[in-house]
Amino acid sequence: MKDAKEYTLYNETVMDHFMNPRNMGDFQDADGIGEVGAAACGDIMKISLKIKDGVVTDARFKTFGCGSAIASSSMATELIKGRTLEEVKNFSNEEVVEALGGLPPVKIHCSVLAEEALKAAIEDYEAREVSKPAEKSEALSA
Amino acid sequence: MRSVYLDHQASTPLLPEALEAMTPYFTQAFGNASSLHRYGLQVRDGIATARAQVAALINAESPDDIIFTGNGAEAVNLAIKGFADANHRKGKHIVLSATEHPTVLGSVEYLERQGFTHTKVPVDKEGIIDPAAVREAITPETILVAVHIANHDIGAIQPIKEISAITREKGIPLFCDAVASAGWYPIDVQALGIQLLTLSPHRFYGPKGVGVLYRSRRARVTSHIHGGVQEGGRRAGTENVPAIIGAGVAAEIALRDLNERIAHVSRLQHKLHDGMVASIPYIKLNGPKPGPLRLCNTLNWSTEFIEGEGQLLLCDSNGIAVASGSSCVSKSLKVSHVLEAIGLDHALAQGNIIMSLGKDNTEEDIDYVIERFLKVVNTLRRMSPMWQEFEDGQIDSVINPRGIGKSFTQHAADVSGRPAH
Repeated sequence: MKDAKEYTLYNETVMDHFMNPRNMGDFQDADGIGEVGAAACGDIMKISLKIKDGVVTDARFKTFGCGSAIASSSMATELIKGRTLEEVKNFSNEEVVEALGGLPPVKIHCSVLAEEALKAAIEDYEAREVSKPAEKSEALSA
Repeated sequence: MRSVYLDHQASTPLLPEALEAMTPYFTQAFGNASSLHRYGLQVRDGIATARAQVAALINAESPDDIIFTGNGAEAVNLAIKGFADANHRKGKHIVLSATEHPTVLGSVEYLERQGFTHTKVPVDKEGIIDPAAVREAITPETILVAVHIANHDIGAIQPIKEISAITREKGIPLFCDAVASAGWYPIDVQALGIQLLTLSPHRFYGPKGVGVLYRSRRARVTSHIHGGVQEGGRRAGTENVPAIIGAGVAAEIALRDLNERIAHVSRLQHKLHDGMVASIPYIKLNGPKPGPLRLCNTLNWSTEFIEGEGQLLLCDSNGIAVASGSSCVSKSLKVSHVLEAIGLDHALAQGNIIMSLGKDNTEEDIDYVIERFLKVVNTLRRMSPMWQEFEDGQIDSVINPRGIGKSFTQHAADVSGRPAH
């Protein structure tokens, strides 16, 4: 019999991202912020992005949720750095699940929440871009 | 690192005395209690002793009123379905409290598919049922009233004496599930006026694989496992003899040590309660405060702005074993029906943590838990968008409102596009 201390609820990768989350926090000057909630369980995830020249240069998260929700947001923010907006728009939760080495079936929706938060952050970024055309044209004419 | 087990409502370690008594029944005393030779008679004698020991714990009229089953859930199923089967000609309505254990709720729901109806009596915000509401729920069709002695999640102790005065007056048997309370609370079925009662020995330092149904001769129960005459014909199948022997010893020691056990555990419960409330901001106790209305070994918390499973996992990584009734912990993604029944705000139900103490916990354990739990809460709050939004004044606290910002529940509904359940 293995000692009880050797058992964890999730696999090693998930536990690592839960216990030592990457990119946890916010940006003072985020370019896009997505905050979404899971209707199924009540978890809330917020992802903030720094975007330059159509590329995600940095990402942060804050999550109200279970271990797999926190690990999913940690992993999603890791995966997304350096990707183009188009790539982020095509980002799938399955990539998070795979990178985490799998999630229990009942927890797959946590990774979906990470995908939704990312896409909401991109939408927010694009909405902000649309609402500041003056700034843009000034920049262009300069 | 210190290990602190605070999940005694899930299971308890076996008493060494119980293990010692059980051991010969695996190898030497291996006979079948139904056999008529000396091997059978030897085992039969052991089971009779255990039956008397369990009967004494709850002051049953006779050891014959004790039926051993495979576990607590089976005992509850037999109490409800077996009673309904034996008494359906008298009526097909059952009254029960809204916070019963899922085994009780599931058994009653099963009967609904067999043509029975039921009335769930609500509880107040501390989780206690009003006896007058039980009286109102009883109809001429009612054959059984089911109210647990104390709740498994929030520890609320029910006014069983007042309820049994009503059931006695109406001539309806009272079933009390005592799985959460036996061994932690004095139970006298005769004084309390209980006709059916269930308990689970592994919850008070007995073994798993055995449950107990007490049924007074005034409450008839028919078997749901057929094909043998074991347990007076109410539960066919070869008895789990070692477990029954262990259950008897655990019951005897529970009775012997009950006052001491309650005094020790409730002292720790007060210490843990007071320490948590003093050191952790925005935390709420669910159920009655430690004292006469609360089971001595449970504390059920809502930690605001963070979710329960994360708290459970971080506690586990600190060697502290706790439970949670948050939706993230349940396989159905639903918050505990008990927390719903006491009308707890959804956001608070999500932050649920359940600590249940035992006889081997110490004062040092409690100091450690208070110190570590604060760190767990701080770690998770740093990660939580809700905590930051609370600090920014966008959302308000339910536990200690400042009158600034919208409710967390409203915020959760806004960002998920659907009202929180």
